[in-house]
Parts: sequence; C-alpha cells; structure tokens
Amino acid sequence: MTPGMAEASVSTIASGEMPAIEVLSAEKTYPDGTRALLPVNLSVAKGEFVTLLGPSGCGKTTLLKMIAGLLPPSDGRLLLWRKPVAQRAGSTKPNASQMAFVFQQPTLMPWASVETNVRLPLDLAHVPRVEADARVAEALALVGLSRFGKALPRALSGGMQMRVSIARGLVTQPQVLLMDEPFGALDEITRHKLDADLLALWREKGLTIVFVTHSIHEAVFLSTRVVMMAARPGRVVEEFRISEPYPRSAEFMVSPQFSRCAKTLQDSLLRASQDSDEGSTA
Amino acid sequence: MSSAPWLRSAKVQRVVYPLIVGLIVIAGWQALVVGFDLPPYLVPSPLMMMKTLIADWPALGSALMVTVRITLLAFAAATVLGVLISFLFVQSKAIETALFPYAVLLQVTPIVAVAPLIIIWVKNPTASLVICAALVALFPIIANTTLGLRSIDPDLQSYFRLNGATRWQQLLRLRIPSALPYFFGGLRISSGLALIGAVVAEFVAGTGGSGAGLAYQILQSGFQLNIPRMFAALLLISLTGVALFAAMAWLSKWALGSWHSSETSHE
Repeated sequence: MTPGMAEASVSTIASGEMPAIEVLSAEKTYPDGTRALLPVNLSVAKGEFVTLLGPSGCGKTTLLKMIAGLLPPSDGRLLLWRKPVAQRAGSTKPNASQMAFVFQQPTLMPWASVETNVRLPLDLAHVPRVEADARVAEALALVGLSRFGKALPRALSGGMQMRVSIARGLVTQPQVLLMDEPFGALDEITRHKLDADLLALWREKGLTIVFVTHSIHEAVFLSTRVVMMAARPGRVVEEFRISEPYPRSAEFMVSPQFSRCAKTLQDSLLRASQDSDEGSTA
Repeated sequence: MSSAPWLRSAKVQRVVYPLIVGLIVIAGWQALVVGFDLPPYLVPSPLMMMKTLIADWPALGSALMVTVRITLLAFAAATVLGVLISFLFVQSKAIETALFPYAVLLQVTPIVAVAPLIIIWVKNPTASLVICAALVALFPIIANTTLGLRSIDPDLQSYFRLNGATRWQQLLRLRIPSALPYFFGGLRISSGLALIGAVVAEFVAGTGGSGAGLAYQILQSGFQLNIPRMFAALLLISLTGVALFAAMAWLSKWALGSWHSSETSHE
C-alpha cells in the first residue's frame, strides 16, 4: 500500500463523527433514458473535505446538485444531518444556513455591489439590516476583500469575483459547503492561492466541504478523501483517503508523498476511462 | 496630414464626423439649388427652409406640440401596456403560447389599414391618434421585455431557489434587473415607432383645425405647393425622432451605464 494513502473499501468512515451528508443509492436517469449517474452510496462525516474527481460527464456535478437539493434523484435518498434533503425546486423551506453552494462561475448579480451580492442570502431571509451588514463585513474580511465592498463585480478580477462568491456562501454561516469546480476557470497561480485560503477557512470554521474538480493536483492538495468517478455511465469507481496531515503547505505539493498520491489517482483515472471506452465500444 | 490630438478622442469623433457630413450635404444642396437656379416649389434651398421655419413658426410650432404630445402619450401607453403584458407572459408558458400570436398579428397588420376603423370608433381625435400610435409602438416593448424577463443566468436562479427566494423576491431582485437592458433596447425602438405611428395616424385622420399636427401641415403644404414649408415640417419630425432616440439612449446609459456591458464595453 502506498504510504500516505489508504484505499477506503467502504464509504462509511472510522471517525466517530455524525455523518453530515449521506447519499443512499441515489441515482439519476433522465426521462429520455440517459443514465447520468448510477446508484451512489457515500457518507461524508462532519469536518471532512471530500473531493469528487473525474472526467467531464462522470456525473460529479449531478451528484453535487442532488446533495444540494437542486436536482431530484430519480431513485434513492439523500440525507443532510440525518434528515432528507429538501427539494428546493419551488420549495419555500430552505436549509440555507446549514448548506451553501458555490458555482463554477462566480454567479454574481452584475448590477449590484460586492456588498449587496454578499448580503443577498441574508436579504432573502429578511435578516435585519444592521446584523446583515456586520456579517457581510465579516465574510468579506474572511476572503480578504474588505476594501472592495462598494465595487461592482465587473471591476474585479476573476479570482476576486470567486472570492466574493465564497464570501456570499459563508455569510449564512453554513456548516456544509458544496463547491462545483469553483476555481476551474482561474489561472494556476490564482487557483493555488484560493486553494490554500480555502483550506485555511475550512480548518478555522470547522466546515464540511464537498468539492468537485477535474484536477488531480487540486484534489490531492485539498482533500481528506477523494471519490473517483468515471463517465458513460456516470458512476463512483474508487475512494482514496489522503492521510497527509494539515496544514498542507506549498512544500507538500513538491513532496514525494504528493507525487505518489497523484500517481495513484492518475492510474485510477486511467483505469476508469479505459473501462468506459470498452463499455462504449461494446 | 496628421490629425489634431483632440480629434483622436472617440467622443469628439462621434460628434465631429457626422457634423462634417451634414455640413457638406447642406452646402452641396445649397450650391445645387443656387447653381441650377431650381425653383422653390421643386426643391427649396436649406436657407429658404430655415427662413420658412422661422416665418411660419406659430403654425409649425403648435403643430409640433400636437405631434409631440400624441407621440409621448402613445409611447407612455405602449410602455405601460407592453410591460404589463410581458409580466403576464412570463407568469406561465401557457399564457404566452396562447397570446403571443395575437401580439404578432397586431404587429404585422399595417396601422394605415386599421387607423380608419379606430378613428371611426373613437370619437375623441387625440385618443384615436394615441391608440393608433401606441399600437405601432407596443410590440418591441412586449418582445424585448419578455425576452429580458426570461434571460436569467440559470445558476443565479438556482442560487435564489437554494436560498428559498419567493416568487416576488425573484421578480424584484433577479428578473427585473436582468430584464432592464432588454427593456431599454425596446424603449429605443418604440420611441421611434411611436412617432411614426403618430404621423401615419394623423395622415389618415387628416384632422384640421386647432388640433392639427405636423402631418397635417405637410398635407396642407402639399395641396398649396408650399414646398419650403413641407420641408420645414419634415425637418421638425426628423428632429423630434432624433431627440427621442437620444433621450432613450441617455436614459439607458444613466440606468445601466455602471454595470451593463452593452453600455460600457466600447468606451
């Protein structure tokens, strides 16, 4: 077995923590018969940083949106803190305070200032203005954008816009953060910086994070556990625990352990894509 | 020839270049009329047109006010009605599917053909003209605002749903701001159409007396072969259209300038 990495045979985890998220045989088949995701069983413990890694079309975003309640599963169940995930399509009972979603794009309102954008979830929940403003200031400070509250999104760089998006996610003080390839569109240097800042936030706030990416390096650097997925049909193929201690620094990224972890994931990804190719030609 | 530095600014160019073209055309026109000794009842010179405009200002000015009033009333009516219909359309796909063909029908039927009916049905001359002009101006507002209300970033809409936004909150905080650029585009087109509608309706109605607008002045001048006055009235109509368009462009810039790319990218 590779040092620094253990293959998890089952999705349940040893730590005695209460599971934050449980996916119980949830699957997604579209009415036209497309199988976007075969049944998935996954349990994410409180405080874990789980990455869904795989090529495009493997259903990682589908799985994340099902966890968020943005997409109903065609079969199976999803639990958040042991309670069924509310389907938010038209639902009026959000669990926004428990869970926040960060999209691939910053997804900001271009007509509103950074402050107004970050305050949006509080405004929607009718949080009194004084309290809301205090929490907005706090969230902007967390992502290092205190000086840009009055700016419009278009005045900011892509990385800064993504920080605004994360601040908006944090402002409701969620326990669970779901992130859909949030840094995929950024340049590598900005991405490394945001990855490192995200890890710091995760540790400081004791968050539970489910993170979607197609970057092996990002997955190794960030995660306590990597869930490897494959395409056609979308499915979970393997899970890897990355037991390197935190805090993980830039040195970790050039260490032999890091390379070994990356190699193991790379091999797994290759195996998974070969399986898919055979499946599609058959 | 090297251009002066102040000419390199795009803002200055936007004013100066069309102005140069205008001056050349007017000077050429004046030269042709004088050179070929064209009679004023065929083509009046620009100078003569301006003289007529000043001499006949009492009649032309009050006619201008009538036409502008009808245009603005029609434009306002079309805007209010168009926005209301758009809101109705986006409430449900069924409503839009059921009603949209009739909005198109309204648009493709020439106003000249409908105007006599409206003028017969509606006793008040101002009201009948306003209705005609509003019918012409209505469609772009409906089409653009409906499109705008539907053009929402799907992720942003998901985000609103995730945070339990009510229908009302989504409308106020997401749909209306998203629709504004489209709405202002519709306003720009409609303002011009309202003027065209007003003039066309006046032609059909041919109302004389005190409530007569610029179209009536053109008709009258035509009968009397008072071509300089016809040109002067035409000039006033064109200027009104340009003023309306400029006002809408300014309004759009004022409302969206800070954030929308259509107003900022080509600075």
